[in-house]
Amino acid sequence: MDSTVASHAEEHHELDPVVEYESSKLGMWLFLGTEILLFGGLFAAYAIYRARYPEMFAEQHRELDVWFGTINTFILLFSSFTMAMAVWSIQKGKQTRTVIFMLITIICGLAFGINKYFEYAEDFHKHLYPQTSIFYALYYLMTGLHMIHVFVGLTILSVITYLTHKGKFNENYNTPIEVGGLYWHLVDVIWIYLFPLLYLIA
Amino acid sequence: MSNNASIHEAHHPGPKTFIIVWIALTVLAALTVYIAQFHFGDWNVVVAMVIASVKATIVALYFMHLKYEDKLTWVYALYPLFLLFLLISSTIMDVFTRVPTIH
Repeated sequence: MDSTVASHAEEHHELDPVVEYESSKLGMWLFLGTEILLFGGLFAAYAIYRARYPEMFAEQHRELDVWFGTINTFILLFSSFTMAMAVWSIQKGKQTRTVIFMLITIICGLAFGINKYFEYAEDFHKHLYPQTSIFYALYYLMTGLHMIHVFVGLTILSVITYLTHKGKFNENYNTPIEVGGLYWHLVDVIWIYLFPLLYLIA
Repeated sequence: MSNNASIHEAHHPGPKTFIIVWIALTVLAALTVYIAQFHFGDWNVVVAMVIASVKATIVALYFMHLKYEDKLTWVYALYPLFLLFLLISSTIMDVFTRVPTIH
């Protein structure tokens, strides 16, 4: 290949925008699949121990404050809504509105973290530690891993919000916002399962 | 670029859909908390998981736009769930059918 042709190809290395958009999105869905299976291992561990010690699970979970979990459920559901609105706004080319919805989403994520911090503080105050029982080992592992995902999500959202503010995205190019949104929704979906399994054992 | 824009234009639901979806999710969340007060024995976890799955499905279909995606994306979304089903179901079968030998 001629060197000028090679440099030309390098310069225009980008794929067809449609292909690029589709493959980014598909890549994120693939990653979300690995995330589901990562948490899946913990859900399987939960199933084993709950089946083996049903009374212990029913008794131990009562120490948890359902209100913390309920409030956080509503916060995350609302943040998913604002995230979806952010994606919709940028697809309409409204950058300021996108930034506002992204900021609301980030504030919700932070509120979730602060609420969780107070909840952990109360748990420790009640002397509930990972070594207290298998239930609490799973509780800290599952909510802790989820919390890490919330922080990763917040980092991604912050970067995207900054870039949106800088005018990097518009109605023609907004793949990072849509793909970042997919990740944030998955964090919500995982909490949708964690909440009843940990807080609402009758 | 215009092709890319037309993809976005073609399939995406608007704020009205998102508000309805959000209200539905909030109602379902409140419902699952309310139902947890009643004791149906083993059925509690089944009811809670059914409600959670309805919520997760709604999030995936509308907020994650899965309803408007092509078949390949559906395969990517469903295949891990199939693996998860194998993992959880075989785990549960094992736990419930294993006879304790040493005590």
